Amino acid sequence: MTAVIELDAVSRVYPGPPPVAALHPADLTVEPGQYVAVVGPSGSGKSTFLNLIGLLDVPSTGHYRLDGIDVGDLTENHRAALRGRRIGFVFQAFHLLPHRTALENVMLGMLYQGVPRPERQQRALNALTEVRLDHRLQALPSQMSGGERQRVAIARALVNEPSLLLCDEPTGNLDTATAETVLELFHGLHARGMTLLMVTHNDDVAGRADRVVTIRDGLLEEQR
Amino acid sequence: MKSPVAPSKLTLRDLASEALAGVLQRPGRAALTALGTVVGVATFVIVLGLTATVGGQISSRFTVLGATEVQVEDTSADPGLDGPAFPEDAAGRVRAIHGVVQAGVYWSAGERTVNSRPLADTAGTDAYPVVAASPGAVTAMHPAVATGRLFDDFHNRSAEPVALLGEAMAKRLGITRLDSHPAVFVAGVPLTVIGILGDAQRHGDLLLSVVVPERTVERLWGPPAQGEPSKMIVETQIGAAQVVASQVAVALRPDAPDRLKVTAPPDPRSLRDSVATDLNSLFLALALTCLGVGMVGIANTTFVAVLERTGEIGLRRSFGARGSHIAAQFLLESAILGTMGGLIGTCVGTLSVVAIAATRHWTAVVEPWTVLPAPLLGTVTGILAGLYPAMRAARIQPVQALQR
Repeated sequence: MTAVIELDAVSRVYPGPPPVAALHPADLTVEPGQYVAVVGPSGSGKSTFLNLIGLLDVPSTGHYRLDGIDVGDLTENHRAALRGRRIGFVFQAFHLLPHRTALENVMLGMLYQGVPRPERQQRALNALTEVRLDHRLQALPSQMSGGERQRVAIARALVNEPSLLLCDEPTGNLDTATAETVLELFHGLHARGMTLLMVTHNDDVAGRADRVVTIRDGLLEEQR
Repeated sequence: MKSPVAPSKLTLRDLASEALAGVLQRPGRAALTALGTVVGVATFVIVLGLTATVGGQISSRFTVLGATEVQVEDTSADPGLDGPAFPEDAAGRVRAIHGVVQAGVYWSAGERTVNSRPLADTAGTDAYPVVAASPGAVTAMHPAVATGRLFDDFHNRSAEPVALLGEAMAKRLGITRLDSHPAVFVAGVPLTVIGILGDAQRHGDLLLSVVVPERTVERLWGPPAQGEPSKMIVETQIGAAQVVASQVAVALRPDAPDRLKVTAPPDPRSLRDSVATDLNSLFLALALTCLGVGMVGIANTTFVAVLERTGEIGLRRSFGARGSHIAAQFLLESAILGTMGGLIGTCVGTLSVVAIAATRHWTAVVEPWTVLPAPLLGTVTGILAGLYPAMRAARIQPVQALQR
C-alpha cells in the first residue's frame, strides 16, 4: 500500500539573511490510517514541518511524496489542487469566515474542486451531521461556542474526503471539556481509517496518537 | 509531461457568487467604498446633462426669432436696367418651399415729409422713412397691432392709399384713434392710416416708418430707386432656415439665381455645439477628476480589504484556490462595487439634472450617450482600481496568510 507521507531527506532553510535552517534533513513515512502526533517546544520547527507536509511551503532539499506523488515535480497551481483534494486542515484559530453560516463555511471547502453546488450542500450537511452539528446549520461563527466552531472546521476539513487530516493545535483554544469532545471526534475518525497528523504542545493529546514524533531545534526524531 | 493532478476549478457562477457575497456581507464598507464612484459618475452625468440642457436652452432662445428668418436682397447695381429682382408671384414661389411660413418683398422708399394736415408748404415738416412692403413681408416682420389692422392683398393689389404707422410716430402726429379714419400726408399724398403698430419683433425700425403697400408705392413713387434695393423677408419653421435659404434663390430667379444674395441665420445647432463644446471640455475634466478620486477611494479600500482578509486568502489557498482565483474574486468584487456606484451615480446624476432643470423651468436634456455608458464607467473605474490590490492578493503565499 502506498504511504500517505513519505519524506526523504526533506529540509527547509530560510534564506535570510542570515540563513536559518528551520528543519534539518528529515525522513518520515506515515502509512494510511496512522495517527501521528508532532510535539516540540515553541520555535523548534513544528510549524515549518506542518507547512511542508500541508504543501503550504516547498522543501529546500529532499523529496516529499504525498500519496505517492512527488510534490517537487508539481507547479504551484498543481500543488494547490493536490492540497485542496488530499489534505484537510484543522487550525488552532478555526479560520471560519465570520459572515458565513456553518453550512456555508463547510461548503467553502469544496469550492475549488469543481463540485456542483447541490452536491456541495448535501456533502456539507452530511459532514456537519457527522460532527453532530446538524442542528446549527444556519448559525454564524459568532453565535457558536469554541467547540462548535472547531467541529465546523473539522467538518470542513473532512468534506473533501482527504487522505490526510492535518491538525495544528486543534484544542489550543478550547477548555478541557470541549477539547475532550473534539479529541474523541478525532479518535472516531482514526478508528474509521483516517490518517491524522497532529501538531500539539499537549502531552495528553500526543499520548492518544499511535506514533509521536519530536522536533527540537529543527531535528526530527521518532519518539515511539 | 502530464501532471498526475488535475488543476483546481472555479466556475464563473461560483466566482460571481463569492464576489457578490464578499460585497454584500459587508454592506457598510461596500457603501462607503462605492461612494467615491457614486460621486464621480453622478458628477459626470450632471455636468454633461446640464451642459446639454443649457445648450438646448440657448438653442431654443435663438431659434424662436433669429433662426427662422431668411433675408434675400437684390444685388443688381442698376435695377432699372436689369428689371425687377423679384417676380410678380415671388411670395407664392417662396411659400411653395417646404418649411416656409410667410414671405414678402419690401424696400425703402426713401425719406419723405409726413404730416397729419394737408399743408401746402411743407417747410419745417419732419421727414420720415417710408417703407414699401407686401402684406406677406409685414406679417413676416411679426408686428403687434396696437390699434386697427394690417393691410392685406386687396389693399396691395388695388394700390389702395393706406398706411401703417408706429405707435410713437402716430402720437407725434396726433393720431391716437382710427375710428374717424385719419389720414397722413406723405409728400403731400393723403394715405388713410388703417393700423398703428405697437411693436415689431423682427424689424424695430418699422415703428419709426410709414409702411405702405408695395403696389401703392410703385403707383405713387415708382419702383425701387438705385441704391435702395428691394429685399425679401422669409419666415421659416424652426430648424428649416438653412434648407430654405439654399433653395430660395433658385425658386425666385431660376434664370439668374446669382443676382440674389441670400442671408441665412447662423445654424443654432453649431452655436449650441460650440457653447456645449467649451463647457463640455471644461466640466468633463472636472467629472473625470471626480472619477479619479473615486477610483483612488476604491483602490485604497480594496487594498486595505486585501490586508484585512489575508487570513481568508490563506484559507482559500489551503482549499486549493490558485492565485488567479483569488485575484479574479477581488477584481470582481471591485468591479461590482464600481458598477453599483456607477448605477447609483447615474440615477443621482439624472435626477439632479431633472430637478435643476425643473427649478429653472428649463427642458431637461440628458443625452443617451451620457446615461447609458455611465454605469459602465463605474465598472471600468472599479476594475482599474481593483487591479493592483487583486494582484497583491494573488501573490500572498498561503503560509504567510495562515500565520496571521
